[in-house]
Amino acid sequence: MNGNDTAISVNELTKKFGEFTAVDHITFSVRKGEIFGFLGANGAGKTTAMRMLCGLSYPTSGSGTVAGFDIASQGEQIKRRIGYMSQKFSLYGDLTVEQNLRLFSTIYGLSDAEIKSRMAAVMEELDMSGMARSRVKSLPVGWRQKLAFAAATIHNPDIVFLDEPTGGVDPVTRRRFWELIYRASSRGMTVFVTTHYLDEAEYCNRISIMVDGRIAALDSPAALKQKFHAETMDAVFRIVAQDAQRSE
Amino acid sequence: MRCFASWLRTHNALNNMNIIGSLIKKEAIHIVRDRRTMIVTLFIPLVLLLLFGFAISTEVNNVRVVVVTDRHTDTSRAVSQALAVNSYFSFMGMAPEAMVEPLLKEGKIDAALILRHDGASMPHQVIVDASNPSVAQAAVAYINSVVSPQVSTAPAIITRTLYNPQMKSSYNFVPGIMGMIFILICAIMTSVSIVREKETGTMDLLLVSPVRPGAVIVGKLVPYFLLSCVILAVMLTMAYTVLGIPLSGSVVSVVGVSLLYIVLSLSIGLMVSAMVDTQVSALIISAMLFLVPVIMLSGMIFPVDNMPVALQGVSCIIPARWYISAMRKLMIQQIPVTEVATEVGVMVLMTVVLLGVQLRKFSSKK
Amino acid sequence: MTPVVDVRGVTKNYGTLRALDGVSFSVAPGEMFGLIGPDGAGKSTLYRLLATLLVPDTGSLTVLGLDTVKDYRALRSRIGYMPERFSLYPDLTIAENLNFFASIFGVDVKQNYDLIAPIFSQLAKFPDRPAGKLSGGMKQKLALSCALIHRPPLLLLDEPTTGVDAVSRNEFWDMLASLRDYGITIMVSTSYMDEATRCDRIAMIDHGRILRTDTPAGLVAGLDENLYNAAAPDMFRLLEALRRLPDVADCYTFGATLHVVAAPGFNPAAALARLKEMGVEGATIYPAQGVIEDLFIKLTRNER
Repeated sequence: MNGNDTAISVNELTKKFGEFTAVDHITFSVRKGEIFGFLGANGAGKTTAMRMLCGLSYPTSGSGTVAGFDIASQGEQIKRRIGYMSQKFSLYGDLTVEQNLRLFSTIYGLSDAEIKSRMAAVMEELDMSGMARSRVKSLPVGWRQKLAFAAATIHNPDIVFLDEPTGGVDPVTRRRFWELIYRASSRGMTVFVTTHYLDEAEYCNRISIMVDGRIAALDSPAALKQKFHAETMDAVFRIVAQDAQRSE
Repeated sequence: MRCFASWLRTHNALNNMNIIGSLIKKEAIHIVRDRRTMIVTLFIPLVLLLLFGFAISTEVNNVRVVVVTDRHTDTSRAVSQALAVNSYFSFMGMAPEAMVEPLLKEGKIDAALILRHDGASMPHQVIVDASNPSVAQAAVAYINSVVSPQVSTAPAIITRTLYNPQMKSSYNFVPGIMGMIFILICAIMTSVSIVREKETGTMDLLLVSPVRPGAVIVGKLVPYFLLSCVILAVMLTMAYTVLGIPLSGSVVSVVGVSLLYIVLSLSIGLMVSAMVDTQVSALIISAMLFLVPVIMLSGMIFPVDNMPVALQGVSCIIPARWYISAMRKLMIQQIPVTEVATEVGVMVLMTVVLLGVQLRKFSSKK
Repeated sequence: MTPVVDVRGVTKNYGTLRALDGVSFSVAPGEMFGLIGPDGAGKSTLYRLLATLLVPDTGSLTVLGLDTVKDYRALRSRIGYMPERFSLYPDLTIAENLNFFASIFGVDVKQNYDLIAPIFSQLAKFPDRPAGKLSGGMKQKLALSCALIHRPPLLLLDEPTTGVDAVSRNEFWDMLASLRDYGITIMVSTSYMDEATRCDRIAMIDHGRILRTDTPAGLVAGLDENLYNAAAPDMFRLLEALRRLPDVADCYTFGATLHVVAAPGFNPAAALARLKEMGVEGATIYPAQGVIEDLFIKLTRNER
């Protein structure tokens, strides 16, 4: 399963904090270009698992590769091959659109020539050329979100991790954002996304639902609905997660 | 469920207490549960007192001195004796006059006392290494005070040091440290704790409840006032026992003026909390606007009289300046409280204005 | 019947930003009234006005027959307010938090325990746990208990389910439904449109303006007439193709399918044929049931 088309692969990945097992022997793999939804109740271990995949936290046991690098020993290489965006922190509001993009380009170690061409391409693609000098905090939420995604993917990463990217956002903006995700995926970028909106789970190629540190269900939305005889993903989630013993 | 019911019975007292009581209790829990902060708050005053009292001192000890004389007399013997037994000096023995300069140059001695016989054309003389002027000044003063009683032909100028006969520097620092600590505890801790409630949103809940804004403020101020009183007691005890500052006669006025200053510091904390919305800015504003000027301008380290006139003017709006000045008079000069009427007056005025403005501001709605 | 909440022509500005723009609505006694809209729509400002924490620039708010500006003192003891963020003391235990809020409202916990018992019973097992150490769902239950402890006739809940997982959200709405049986009027806001159907009536708010107020059924009535589902193996290509059809007014993702808002003259069979010409294989189009989110998209589409 470690073929060339695998973006993420983890095997029996476990993280313990003292007596508490936050992530309990999880095994899964994500194909290149796949949109992989990572769902779970609060405190099911999503964040801990995601931190390990991003090379921010060492696994207690088990192994895994992200973009072909080992998550325990090659965290630095992984960080160069991935992008990360969360609802809570994504951009510097006091900087302009251009300054934000330039900053993230520099952080990801792009050369001056690359920065120039990538920034031009991104501004064109997002139709933001007229806003280069606007302060980010003065932009409407939809534009900020598009820009945050652009900043997280400015270095053309293999995989982008999106941690609740659409929380509290209006329905129209949320949909526009998902179209960005579709576009990135159609170009071969792997998207690893968490969300509380279960209608958004339908947009993913495959979904895993974590309960109490384990993966309780993993399949395509259609297959999951069939398996649990449910009409919507919301119903699937409730069936799978209702037995959760712990919360946080 | 049963567990909760029994818990309710034992804690019923809380329900019967009035609202301010439960606000105070809640605040006290915050203070006590935050162990690290509490320990730091109680230890900083002690550490600072000991540090300034003993380790960091501007007073002069062990001045190495030689005596030069052309004729051994009762006087020279008595002076040598006096120097040898005095703890401020290390008596290095007798030396020929020609050796004085080489010894000073090599840094073997700090001062030389040259005693002339009665009929000599020159008076007695003190030669001192003034590369450190404050040491030199002190050394001269000490030697004078030792020599004068022994020498029949006393020098033209007789120096006498009053109030702090040993010129102990810790005497000067104690009021300064007290001025600083109360700003630290009252202003910073109060403002941070109020702003924290703004940050978490609990302030909104309190304001939406029937609690009057004034009660919320009192509930905030009382615990920090009590904490400050404990610290005041600890510091005064330390000052009296460990540092040997005589408090006799003035203790009531020292405590009274200190309590006034604590209330003033609390109102500064209130002012800061009204100005900002995050804990970090509360900390920075309190530190930059109040703590640093307290250290630099209050006369704690640099005497106000030596400052440029403009800075002296600025120092007038610094509450600690008035407190420290009053404390020096009360604790060290031991003069009656009527002599610090100006300081007390200024502090009362500041407190009334600040509290009045803040209470009104806090009650008004946006 | 006099309304419990009566908001008339309320406008509120923060500097140059208009947070609320001529908002009017009223809430009847015992009603569960939903306020739905995205972040920044003005929901929290409206709550702060109702909770007497803000004063409106123009207009008036009457809550329980009292004016929020003139009679704010009397009003404060009669409303239960749960702000947007978790607003309890994290270093105080569950029991200490509850008792503290009981004491500042001058009530006894035991006296009103029956009201909060169904919500609080799970928490009562460990009264000495600090509130900061609770999970999202538990924190929410504690916050609701504290807001209810003085038996307020009106509950103001500002986004109580934000950041909470679907299971806990569901449980929370069940608790609210049971509170309604005690005759408590509830005003609840959310950015999750699907939750709103559990309310008696809903006001949709965006950019500081109320877009529409009605029952959930009333809001979606008539939406179905020109709404279709569309699906195909390659959804993204289908989306782009449908948007290019002239008789499609709008097309957007909706869970497992796409929702197609048809312009007059739209014919599903003809559209499928066109899609095939455009190279979209295996597409299906069938009538869809409109929900509140469809209405929201319809009402806000033009501004964005």
